[in-house]
Amino acid sequence: MRPKLNILSDQLAEQIIAEGFELLMDPGIRVHNEEARRLLGDAGADVDLESQIARIPETIARRALETAPSEFYLYNFEGEAAVHYGGDSVQFDPGSTAVTVLDSETQEQRVPLTADFVRYVKLVEMIPQLDAQSTAMICFDVPEEIGDLYRLYLALNYTRKPMITGAFRKDTWWTMKEMLVAMAGSGEALAAKPTAVFDVCPSPPLLWSDLTCQNMIDCARHGIPSELVSMPLAGATSPVTLAAAVVQHTAECLSGVTICQLAQEGAPIVWGGSPATFDMRHGTTPMGAVGTWMIDCAYTQVGKALALPTHAYLGMSDAKVVDAQCGLESAGGTIMAALAGVNMVTGAGMMDFESCVSYEKLVIDAEIIGSAKRLVAGIEARDQPIALTLMRELGHRADYLAQPHTLKWFSKEFYLPSAVIDRGSLDAWKKQGAKTAFERARDRVNQLVAAYRPSPISDDLRVELREITTRAARKFGMDELPQLPED
Amino acid sequence: MSNDLLEQITASLVDSDPDGTAELTRQAIGAGMEPMTIIDRGLVPGMDIVGEKFRTGEYFLPHLIIAASGMKQSMELLEPELSRRGEKAQTLGTAVIGTVKGDIHEIGKSLVATMIAANGFQVHDLGVDVPTEAFVAKVKETGANLLGLSALLTTTMTAQREIIEALEEAGIRDQVKVMVGGAPVSQEWARTIGADGYAEDAVGAVELCKELVA
Ligand code: B12
Repeated sequence: MRPKLNILSDQLAEQIIAEGFELLMDPGIRVHNEEARRLLGDAGADVDLESQIARIPETIARRALETAPSEFYLYNFEGEAAVHYGGDSVQFDPGSTAVTVLDSETQEQRVPLTADFVRYVKLVEMIPQLDAQSTAMICFDVPEEIGDLYRLYLALNYTRKPMITGAFRKDTWWTMKEMLVAMAGSGEALAAKPTAVFDVCPSPPLLWSDLTCQNMIDCARHGIPSELVSMPLAGATSPVTLAAAVVQHTAECLSGVTICQLAQEGAPIVWGGSPATFDMRHGTTPMGAVGTWMIDCAYTQVGKALALPTHAYLGMSDAKVVDAQCGLESAGGTIMAALAGVNMVTGAGMMDFESCVSYEKLVIDAEIIGSAKRLVAGIEARDQPIALTLMRELGHRADYLAQPHTLKWFSKEFYLPSAVIDRGSLDAWKKQGAKTAFERARDRVNQLVAAYRPSPISDDLRVELREITTRAARKFGMDELPQLPED
Repeated sequence: MSNDLLEQITASLVDSDPDGTAELTRQAIGAGMEPMTIIDRGLVPGMDIVGEKFRTGEYFLPHLIIAASGMKQSMELLEPELSRRGEKAQTLGTAVIGTVKGDIHEIGKSLVATMIAANGFQVHDLGVDVPTEAFVAKVKETGANLLGLSALLTTTMTAQREIIEALEEAGIRDQVKVMVGGAPVSQEWARTIGADGYAEDAVGAVELCKELVA
């Protein structure tokens, strides 16, 4: 049996869903995108052109829920189904869109450059616990206007794993799609075997901005999955009670699913988010707060009740260095996410709210993820009878190390961490340099990056990707892209 | 009796009762109290206590924001009284604030606006996704001596530079101190684009405002 966390009673979950539907009608959803307003109006929603508020009847939203797929796969760049969005599958990708990177040497945050992100992508490739890549940071050596598409360009040069990404503008989405189509061979091939998901964020409370709504519609029309990232900030942009924040999340996501399905029936869409409890002392959005985790787990339960694939931003920390707070917060969120059965958990490597990523944190988080995946794999009987045959054979001898049974099962029953986790004796630890977790993590980062093998994409494809990206860069005054770092 | 009322006004701010603050202000005006007295001996001590309790960790942001809304309601009642007497509430300065065009992140900007207002500045909050020209126009119109620009995206922080350039073109760059803030913004960025100051949070923003007008 898979251990499972249901944080809401059935009754509370039902009431949350019911109130979510009611919010769609009153006060309704503000829709700042013209096409979405038209789709909603044509479907029978009452759209006020002046206030741009759409009142969406439950029947329309219910119909969208029926046509939205309850599961789909993301494919890696070798054409294999690699990520399963649906059921209780639990998978992980790194936190996305950081504006700083934690320097491995100085342990200070600094602006990321091309070489930093390339190193990060290679590292993610080499970490087996991570199931997908994300466009994890913004590179400051290209014009800001192409920050979103440039990171996809870099990642595609190095990844085999599927991508979790997102656009910051309406026009850049098209360039990003063009790259993915180039990788897939054709638009049809991409739709048949999608390799990327685009995050789309409604604005709390109850608003679809023009940009993100258009991204969602464009994804739907091209068979590219989108991932709702609804983020009520409890006590600031949503009511403070956790249950009410989930009601708001429900309404925002329901409206998203509705617009998406009206744009294209059957388009894959994920019930996701990045909510937080607002910190009432500092005015920040803590991702390491237990209340944040609880909202995430609760909306995940709601998403499952509506039979949709799920996502959450969890497993992050608000710490500024990779310290005890960083570990405890990341572990708490990751374990909760795994128990809740979140299909895609975004956040590994991320710290200082959602501002910074760290290579070292990423490999430490990989151990947390490994443990969490083991946890939710649950306890199985393995043998029938479970223990009687073996224990009667050995009687009272403590001779299990020598048993083939042990050899057969230990690596399946236990999670075996890398050298990042210290389980040696005190003397052994001293002999190896008395290293802290951060130092051990730094060693592992270096090892993994050094062991990276280039992705097998053709030179033609590399050239094509570079041309696509250069065309976009020229519009913003950059004639030549930065050189890709030498391996 | 009148001292009682002033104390109650102070207490209403400390007790997070903004409607009470407004009601008591009405009573005080009705009782013929001087508006400046109500401000200096009722409202200001209340805001000081709330601010102090926030600094020591006893109070949290909701206390601060709710007290600020009490102060605001009260000032709206007092302003007509002041102008009838040809007086003006003492302000430390006038600030125009907003989130730059293309950017809809609101929370940080609003928090900063509220905090500066609660600390004796007159604030014109232009909201989010504010076009460059609107900032320039508002600074001209109000004669503001402070301009706060919020940007949360690497793609929109460049608008902060644009706005500074637009102020120069409009010939009013010298009239106004420009402050920048938001997640990707840094002291270094502020220097690069020729802003006058940067603050990392709302408490820092208040200090910065005070420094810039000193
Ligand atoms: C909430 C949020 C949103 C909400 C905003 C809701 C709202 N009504 O405001 C929504 C969902 C709308 C949103 C949308 C997007 N967001 Co957003 N968002 C955030 C988040 C999680 C928190 C921001 C926040 O409110 N913090 C709390 C407040 C109190 O803090 P603050 O804003 O930093 O303000 C404080 C200081 O900065 C300072 N300050 C702020 N302004 C000023 C001004 C002056 C003058 C001074 C002195 C000081 C000052 O004082 C404030 C108070 O202490 C951040 C993550 C983060 N860590 O910042 C991402 C983040 C800013 N968003 C991000 C992104 C990418 C987006 C989207 C593009 C996503 C998408 N594809 O749809 C869109 C953009 C929409 C747009 N055009 O603006 C990225 C930016 C990355 C980058 N490189 O630019 C971030 C960093 C998250 C991430 N890592 O992905 N977002």
